[in-house]
Amino acid sequence: MATFNFELSTLPPEAEALRDEVRTFLRQELAQYRGADRARSWGGFNRDFSRRMGERGWSGMTWPKKYGGHERSALERYVVLEETLAAGAPVSAHWVADRQSGPLLLRFGTEEQRQRFLPRIARGELAFAIGMSEPDSGSDLASIRTRAEKVAGGYRVNGTKIWTSNAHLSDYAIALFRTKVVPDKKHEGLSQFLVDLKSPGISIRPIIDLAGGHHFNEVHFQDCLVPDDMLVGKEGDGWKQVTTELGFERSGPERYLSSLQLVIELIREAGQEPGERAAALIGHFTAHLVTLRQMSLSIATMLQAGQNPNLEAAVVKDIGTTFEQEIPEAVHALIGAEPRVGSGSDFEKTLGYLVQHAPSFSLRGGTREVLRGIIARGLGLR
Amino acid sequence: MNELQTILNETCTRLFTDHATTAVLEGAEKGEWPGALWQALEENGLTLPQVPEARGGAGGSWNDAFVVLMAAGRFAAPVPLAETMLAASILAEAGLDVPMGPMTVAPVHIEEGLNLAQQGSGWTLSGRATRVPWGARAEHVVVVADGGGTPTVALVSGDSARAEADASLAREPRDTLQWSGAPVVAAAPLRGRLGPRPVWAGGALVRSAQMAGGLEFLLAQSVKYVTERKQFGRPLAAFQAIQQNLALLAGHTAAAAMAAQQAFHVVERTGDDGDPSFEIAVAKVRTGEAAGLGAGIAHQAHGAIGFTYEHSLHFVTRRLWSWRAEFGAESHWSVALGRAVSARGADALWPHMTAR
Repeated sequence: MATFNFELSTLPPEAEALRDEVRTFLRQELAQYRGADRARSWGGFNRDFSRRMGERGWSGMTWPKKYGGHERSALERYVVLEETLAAGAPVSAHWVADRQSGPLLLRFGTEEQRQRFLPRIARGELAFAIGMSEPDSGSDLASIRTRAEKVAGGYRVNGTKIWTSNAHLSDYAIALFRTKVVPDKKHEGLSQFLVDLKSPGISIRPIIDLAGGHHFNEVHFQDCLVPDDMLVGKEGDGWKQVTTELGFERSGPERYLSSLQLVIELIREAGQEPGERAAALIGHFTAHLVTLRQMSLSIATMLQAGQNPNLEAAVVKDIGTTFEQEIPEAVHALIGAEPRVGSGSDFEKTLGYLVQHAPSFSLRGGTREVLRGIIARGLGLR
Repeated sequence: MNELQTILNETCTRLFTDHATTAVLEGAEKGEWPGALWQALEENGLTLPQVPEARGGAGGSWNDAFVVLMAAGRFAAPVPLAETMLAASILAEAGLDVPMGPMTVAPVHIEEGLNLAQQGSGWTLSGRATRVPWGARAEHVVVVADGGGTPTVALVSGDSARAEADASLAREPRDTLQWSGAPVVAAAPLRGRLGPRPVWAGGALVRSAQMAGGLEFLLAQSVKYVTERKQFGRPLAAFQAIQQNLALLAGHTAAAAMAAQQAFHVVERTGDDGDPSFEIAVAKVRTGEAAGLGAGIAHQAHGAIGFTYEHSLHFVTRRLWSWRAEFGAESHWSVALGRAVSARGADALWPHMTAR
């Protein structure tokens, strides 16, 4: 049986030195942030903040210098990621581009695409969205129907993408379209494209989430012309490429830290000498946080070594998101405070935010069921 | 694992495959001492992997001890291997020489205490310790006792106590030992990396590695079973409900191994002035939780056959249920961990986690 390969990792001194620098920066940037603001975790979108991250060299950190990168290690990048998440910094204006769109272009893009996009991502100037899901294609991603038909000079795109986070705020999306219909072979004939979200033929409609927030969108393409030079990788290789992209998407520490702020606020609420039940819960949370962090760090070390930790990333995302969701439930069982929005204490508002957003943790980036299917395949069960 | 640890793991796997067979496990439950298994372990230097050569050990690290104990957990090895390693470390850290042969530690409950009395140039031991693993079988017992106000490590021979036999769920000996002015072979003031309560903390540490190993067995055994067993004309592995459960078991198994491995790593790195109690608490809580959940999933996957004595699943699951409660259950260690975290304050949680 293949067992999962989680090796213990320790961060090198240069990564630890960077940690202090990042903390100092974040302390200044987020001086006015309350617990409930930090609870938004990687949901906050702030272009100025992302630009300042770029100025410090904290976007595109591992990329070659010739593309505006900084040639730092995956472990140094890991420190920046975990520190910004732990502080609840508003990272989403550069997060997707740094995490997956840029690395995808680095892996599959043309030289011209790399030179055109990567330096701007590294400066924190370009926000990317992800165009994968469609109204009839969620977990069954390979069944997408949005067509990109070859025409003179490019591709004519018709169809609809959905759940496209921050499409209304972003500059570009990397989207998966069907360039060829191959009967009974849904994984074939797919291709990835860079899409300028300001192009004619694109309309973006908001989808308001249950908490009243606007992150999701429906992106409608009607005879939208995507130029030839925006094809990413090879026509027809989209499935292989998008699987790689999902590997990037799932491998980071954001898959276990979404509810960290509620643990912190719980400790504050319970005081320095908590009762036994509160202490037990804080201890339980701590044991899981410490273990998940080690596992997440182990994945970063595998990435640094050029390995492909897709299976391990699925494991961490599965148990990590389950843990993120358990936190507001267990806090409710312990204290039973009313979750609040708008008014109330930091603790109550943090609880209010997380109770409402927790259902999304095991949906975004691949549902729990899909991930467990990937793990089961790794175990040799399918 | 580095290359040497990979070889060590292979050596252990071979040795346990040969000597920790179902027949040996069944015999041990009836009170037979698996002498060939113990002898093979000693001959291969596997009973004292992390003890310095100068004190009689193999001169390796706590990371090596982790590898050996994981393997022992995988095979439900019915010998006091973890107890011997722990006893030896407590001796060696206090500057005492380590004898060969199976050893154990006492007292294993924090509310129990033993006393040393000065007699001539030496000491004698008195007191009662319950639930001592392999208490009557061990050739030596390492105790941490009160030596005239100083916490003291003392080595006594196994036959120095009056023993009352009892057993764990897995029918491993958990005996009550009573000493009344028993002679002490060697003694020294307590010191070392396992802190002020080395039996308690070290016991939690070694049990976490055994549990992580036990979980690996449950995962492998469950994968094997659902691949072979057919119902409704298909292997059980073809059913999504089964796949989802085993994926969850895989997650808990991986997490348990990670938590235990980190604790051993920190103990190895810690000098006399360090304190590995944070990681030990994390490991005992995380592996204990995983043990309960994992045993449940493995039994569910195995159906009725896994609930029989004839099937070997229970050799590991009964040990997991016993180990998770020994040297402090999750309830104990999570409260201790929660209090330590709370005392440092909310804003210190993350900095503390990342500074370790």
